[in-house]
Amino acid sequence: MTRLVALACGAVFAAGVCISGMVRPSKVLGFLDLGGAWDATLAVVMASALAVHVVAWQLARRARTPWLGGEWPGPARTVIDARLVGGAALFGLGWGLSGYCPGPAIVSIVSGARGSLVFVAAMAAAMLAFRPAQDG
Amino acid sequence: MIAGSLAIMLLATGRIAGLSGVFAGFVRAPGDDGGWRAWFVAGMLGVGLAFELADPATFDHAARLPLPVLALAGVLVGVGTRLANGCTSGHGLCGTSRLAKRSILATLTFFAVGVATATIAGAIAGHA
Repeated sequence: MTRLVALACGAVFAAGVCISGMVRPSKVLGFLDLGGAWDATLAVVMASALAVHVVAWQLARRARTPWLGGEWPGPARTVIDARLVGGAALFGLGWGLSGYCPGPAIVSIVSGARGSLVFVAAMAAAMLAFRPAQDG
Repeated sequence: MIAGSLAIMLLATGRIAGLSGVFAGFVRAPGDDGGWRAWFVAGMLGVGLAFELADPATFDHAARLPLPVLALAGVLVGVGTRLANGCTSGHGLCGTSRLAKRSILATLTFFAVGVATATIAGAIAGHA
């Protein structure tokens, strides 16, 4: 059942990033690049997505277990370290250069666009090769 | 829809489906935790393909940058998200919405660096 939910959620996620235009680096860079004609629509996407999630966490707090059983994720960690900030900065650098973040990039490979294939292959290789000690 | 899908994943299964974590788990050990990450990725690719077939303009087919630059960006995103334990979905949505300090700081950082990078690159190479 978890697998079916995952399949359906992956499908809906992909529809969301396709419809919002997040799968197009030109659209994402139009949002991140303040120098050109600024495209604010992705800010609206982000804000509405956040609103949905705030509600989801409230619902999660009221139920003892997830609908399909199991456990809720533990409390969020609070350690602020260089690894967190440095990692986020590296991610921001790659994101601002390419206009791809992981989710939309993965969806994009079905288009056969060489740029997305190269990006996702490099990201996958980096994730395979680079495994910092799990602290989660 | 983006948020709805991750919210249902959380509420139904108790799993935080940040995409960099889903994908890293998938490429490293696809069978872990019942293999749900592979199913999530399969759902993404299936619907992506449907969009591509219905309207190819959904995607950018021409690369905006030389491929080696995109490869470098991919490595930066891969390493950066594993160091920080999250990306736009994991920290930006799932974490920030539960007011997790780490996620808020990570999100502010990658947005600040992302905007700076895109703005500088746009000034040099032409705006999107």
